[in-house]
Amino acid sequence: MDEQIRFHTIAVLVENEPGVLARVVGLFSGRGYNIESLTVAEVDHKENLSRITLVTSGNVMVIEQIKAQLDRLVPVHSVKDLTLEGPHVAAELAMVKVAGTGDKRVEALRIADIFEATVQDTTLESFVFRLHGQSAKIDQFIGLMKPLGLVDVCRTGVVAMARGKEGI
Amino acid sequence: MSRDQMTGSEIVLKALAEQGVDVIFGYPGGAVLPIYDALFQQNAVRHILVRQEAGAVHAAEGYARSTGKVGVVLVTSGPGATNAVTGLTDALMDSIPVVCLTGQVPTHLIGNDAFQEADTTGITRPCTKHNFLVKRMEDLARVMHEAFYIAQNGRPGPVVVDLPKDILQGLGEYQAASKSGHKSYRPQVKGDAGNISKAVELLAKAKKPLFYCGGGVINSGPAASQLLTDFVRMTGYPCTLTLMGLGALPATDKRFLGMVGMHGTYESNIAMHDCDVMVCVGARFDDRVTGNLAHFSPNSKKIHIDIDPSSINKNVRVDVPIVGDVGHVLEVMIKEWKAKQYKPDGKALDAWWKQIDEWRAVDCLKYDSKKDVIKPQYALERLQAITKKRSEEKGDVYFTTEVGQHQMWAAQFLHFNKPNRWMTSGGLGTMGYGLPAAMGVQVAHPDALVVDVAGEASILMNIQEMSTLAQYRLPVKVFILNNEYMGMVRQWQELLHGGRYSESYMESLPDFVKLAESFHAVGLRAEKPDQVDDLINEMIEIDKPVIADVMVDKAENVFPMIPSGAAHNEMLLGPEDRAEHAVSEDGMVLV
Repeated sequence: MDEQIRFHTIAVLVENEPGVLARVVGLFSGRGYNIESLTVAEVDHKENLSRITLVTSGNVMVIEQIKAQLDRLVPVHSVKDLTLEGPHVAAELAMVKVAGTGDKRVEALRIADIFEATVQDTTLESFVFRLHGQSAKIDQFIGLMKPLGLVDVCRTGVVAMARGKEGI
Repeated sequence: MSRDQMTGSEIVLKALAEQGVDVIFGYPGGAVLPIYDALFQQNAVRHILVRQEAGAVHAAEGYARSTGKVGVVLVTSGPGATNAVTGLTDALMDSIPVVCLTGQVPTHLIGNDAFQEADTTGITRPCTKHNFLVKRMEDLARVMHEAFYIAQNGRPGPVVVDLPKDILQGLGEYQAASKSGHKSYRPQVKGDAGNISKAVELLAKAKKPLFYCGGGVINSGPAASQLLTDFVRMTGYPCTLTLMGLGALPATDKRFLGMVGMHGTYESNIAMHDCDVMVCVGARFDDRVTGNLAHFSPNSKKIHIDIDPSSINKNVRVDVPIVGDVGHVLEVMIKEWKAKQYKPDGKALDAWWKQIDEWRAVDCLKYDSKKDVIKPQYALERLQAITKKRSEEKGDVYFTTEVGQHQMWAAQFLHFNKPNRWMTSGGLGTMGYGLPAAMGVQVAHPDALVVDVAGEASILMNIQEMSTLAQYRLPVKVFILNNEYMGMVRQWQELLHGGRYSESYMESLPDFVKLAESFHAVGLRAEKPDQVDDLINEMIEIDKPVIADVMVDKAENVFPMIPSGAAHNEMLLGPEDRAEHAVSEDGMVLV
């Protein structure tokens, strides 16, 4: 049996009602599954729907279990395994605060430019950068900022969508 | 008040009536007083006043399991709701349809640590199939109907509806149940035709086939049990049942191998280990059934029919998964078997049965009888024989149990020829389940004989319900196998912990005969084997609740036994087997 641990991005369309996020999160903690990241927001006000994108890890059987367990929650409309069901696009947004002066400050700004990060706030001793893209790119950016005076990081976690014309 | 307006409490009761509820089990308190007031002023719904809320949920479970209907509970906020938690978890684990209405403090006080406030939806979220907090009057009727829909559709389970007091007292309009189905919860009932064909073909080609069936067959309704019986007889294949599935196939059927699992029969477990095609119908490869997963039925192709997709491939990889209602799927399978004119491989099947008969000849349930000490197995054999006679003459007999050794012996020695006659706490293993469950069964079947097979430790966990039995004249029989120990704990301590009987002996047990009398019931006692028949006959004849205190062998253990961590073919058949199969270190950490 395939015991290799793999990462899957799963999109879950849920009824936007009180407690629905607690149900999802409680399922993961109660059954010992991992959450690498989780994002949620309302996506259709009229139909009262929210969309959760979560990245989780486990072997094949665990990933299958996670999807089945999610799907049987009463307020869950649909569960899609984006990793399994074909190509998808994924992105994450991050805000990164870097404090420093002199060469370090100039270097931070130069790297930010390379990463197409935008400056959201600045003082004479700090920047708040905003950047988006693949998680790996953000990891890399944060890594580079560490020696340059990294103070604060805030990330949204992954949002993802299947390529092509079909909806969830 | 306009003509269509009614109070929240009236809406609740009207919804119960529309859902066909005729009895609820409950306990009043501040937050639910408006419902109790409305109850007082109507006759459609009967209320059974329990003595503790745990009893209410187990009673509703007993009611549900013996009727196939939804069991309904009404408790107050705070401690009322928290006392119900064990029962809710029990119903979740055993897939029992229960709707539990809990009172709640008024909406404007929620979150204020008000008197008798608890975060009921927060606490019960992981132990219910679904739960609701009704915060708007206009949601009340819809939520009530939805709760019943969810409790009984798909894999059944408990649903909590938390009802703040201001909602119960406010005015609103009633809505009838929607016919259009649920917005997001639509379980798959019909199985995939392709996989069903594949499964039937696999079964037809099997040389050493085995049906392994569980509570899902019972939950699917009596028709599913009939279909299973038809299919088993049509194929002539052997069939084993889980603790939850007893009664799905008549115990008298020669194809029935007995229960499977930790304390199942030798022939069932070895057949499970050696079979080449296993069809799992409404069971879930529970750890009590599979034993060591790495060595579980290593050479079989596995077919799994279950209404809950999350049950499939959870513990054991299966080859042909079929998501759907057991009854529907079995019906299609039988049609397919007939249409394709499949015939079992007669020669292979004969050889398989010959092998099984050799395993049967081991006689794994045999025990040493003693002249002056009652063996628990003997007491149950006599209970089975005498109640069987009674059921032939006077109608149905229902058994419930508590949890422990007596439960396993009851599963081994009582025989069930129909579904819904056996109520036991399988998944959660809740001591204290049997007496209130029996109460619920007796409420549903006033003229039936209802027996709770109990241990003296378990029975004390919900003994207060004896008082409920008296109030409603429910002639439940409590049949205690009294060994003065928490028997299963003692057995594990003997086998796994060097005989250090830490806290498993109960000093100062009550005198159960006097205890019965103080609860307006009749107490009986047997101390010698030759008293057992008289005791059982007397117990059955008395038209009142009875506690029969049967003093049994204190040292008896339940065999056969698959020790935790062991495989099916490493079963202990009796005390003499013990030394050869010491429990592994890996097994020690398992429960």
